[in-house]
Amino acid sequence: MAVQSDLMEAAEPYDRAKALSAFKLGDVTFYWITRLCAISVLLILGGIIISLIVGAWPAMKEYGFAFLWTQRWAPSADPPVLGALGPIYGTLVTSFIAMLIAIPVGIGIAIFLTELCPQMLRRPIGIAIELLAGIPSIIYGMWGFFVLGPFLAYTFQPFMISLFDGVPVLGTIFGGPPSYLSLFNAALILAIMVLPFITAISVDVFKTVPPVLKEAAYGVGCTTWEVVRNVVIPYTRVGVIGGIMLALGRALGETMAVTFIIGNSFRISGSIFGPGTTISAAIASEFAESDGLHQSGLILLGLLLFVLTFFVLAAARLMLMRLEKKAGN
Amino acid sequence: MNFIKAIVAAGLVAASTSAFAADITGAGSTFIFPVLSKWADAYKKETTSGVNYQSIGSGAGIKQIQANTVTFGATDAPLKAEQLEKDGFAQWPMIMGAIVPVVNIDGIKPGDMVLDGDTLAKIYLGTITKWDDAAIKKLNPKLELPSAAISVVHRADGSGTTFNFTDYLAKVSADWKSKVGSGTAVEWPVGVGAKGNEGVSGNVGQAKNTIGYVEYAYAKQNKLTYTALVNKAGKTVQPATEAFQAAASNADWANAPGYYLILTDQPGDKSWPIVASTFILMHKDATDKAASQEAIKFFKFAFSKGGKMAEELDYIPMPDAVVKLIEKTWAADIKS
Repeated sequence: MAVQSDLMEAAEPYDRAKALSAFKLGDVTFYWITRLCAISVLLILGGIIISLIVGAWPAMKEYGFAFLWTQRWAPSADPPVLGALGPIYGTLVTSFIAMLIAIPVGIGIAIFLTELCPQMLRRPIGIAIELLAGIPSIIYGMWGFFVLGPFLAYTFQPFMISLFDGVPVLGTIFGGPPSYLSLFNAALILAIMVLPFITAISVDVFKTVPPVLKEAAYGVGCTTWEVVRNVVIPYTRVGVIGGIMLALGRALGETMAVTFIIGNSFRISGSIFGPGTTISAAIASEFAESDGLHQSGLILLGLLLFVLTFFVLAAARLMLMRLEKKAGN
Repeated sequence: MNFIKAIVAAGLVAASTSAFAADITGAGSTFIFPVLSKWADAYKKETTSGVNYQSIGSGAGIKQIQANTVTFGATDAPLKAEQLEKDGFAQWPMIMGAIVPVVNIDGIKPGDMVLDGDTLAKIYLGTITKWDDAAIKKLNPKLELPSAAISVVHRADGSGTTFNFTDYLAKVSADWKSKVGSGTAVEWPVGVGAKGNEGVSGNVGQAKNTIGYVEYAYAKQNKLTYTALVNKAGKTVQPATEAFQAAASNADWANAPGYYLILTDQPGDKSWPIVASTFILMHKDATDKAASQEAIKFFKFAFSKGGKMAEELDYIPMPDAVVKLIEKTWAADIKS
């Protein structure tokens, strides 16, 4: 605006050099402002990593790499014995089960919405999915505790336990006793929480498939399944995987809802109906009352989650790059 | 990290106090919070100066007073005399409360079930796993106990309640002492963890065949099935104000340096075995001496007029003799 009004006042014969330098000044300023914004992100990220490492250093020195595969978590022992295996196991198992449920359901909803759904239903279902994404996580935790928990403990789990009783492996995985608070309960809640991410992104990318491709496929006699399987999914693979990774990132880091319903136990039980804990739930429950090595151990857990999430995202990137290369050839 | 935390804490306190410059600031134990806020209300009506207390947990309260961001800290696990010396703190007990085991078994009403320390420890160690175990049957010959698995609930967050509960178990069971020990957060051999007293009461209230431990007030308000306990003298006692007071009156505060005394497993026929106290921490030589004196005035008020309010909330006020001792400590230790 300022530049424009300067030009107006200059009138004729207007000074070309002056106007250009004014433009240039604006450009340079804009460049620096945006650059500063970009640098600040790096500074914040670096600052977080450095403070995590500084905080975790005493625990790193004390436990070394054994921290990763020690299962005991005894902060009150003298000296404290801390091992991250329990929380790491809980984080991976709950996220894995959650993705196992959320990926097919989420993509299923997206396919229905874009390919099969009557126009009338499309908006209500779409809005419902968006609302699901907007529910605060603590609400999911309460619902999981008061509604889902009793259902699982009194109806679903006894059924599964009696069904697989005596079967090797499965008998352990679905072993009793039934419990309100379990890895499975937490995984179910996580699945519901990440569902909207997968669906919303899948819907968006499915819409980018050129109609002419789909019409051609239908034209040569493909069924809807074949169109989705051979046209829509291959065309949008990158975007769908991106959505899944975003969802996985949320599942790995989700704290409050999980703390409510996972049972916060550092022991690893073979059963998914047993209690467990995740990295973020462990930090949330114990941080306020911790000190010394115990606190340092919790910060180290935080650093681990950071690294874990980083690797998941990096692996996703790598996978996408490979897929793109393959598609290119 | 401590530096960062100090800044965050300072920011919080500054933000909350800037509007009322004269407020007394404190932080720590959640156990004392209900009664402290009641006292603060009454104190504000009388003197117009308020108390700003943040119930962020005992451990965090100790850190805040060490960082000098608050005038007083409150903790359920007392600091040892050496630690007090090192930090230059004065410490005294402010209020007492009781911890009760709670269960949820069909057909069993509050006070019906009797447990002793050893059985309680075995349940929490996972060596007793069923409600119809011989040890529980022996204590409760008249009760009809289901042959169901015991589902153990404990605190997931570090807490003063856990500190006192595990301290009791360590005193009555050598096994517990060697395998688990006592502390604000311990390595639980069995069970699920719930956050806060409300989390444990919610769990036990909802799920069948559970056992947990909460402050008496939570058990009462949520109408949970508390149990009777066998005390050190071998007598069965019901959780009630008289039993809590009996345990408190037997405590020998006068001979405890820095008032370091944990009120579990106290002698006496009528004593309830798990009583806890909350301790106040203040700098002996505070940088802001005026604020220190304001805080002392508030505690004086709480001791002289707060007893009834505390009883209404199921706390146990400190006995008069102990209050006199504490007032002497203030006069001797806290510089004005």
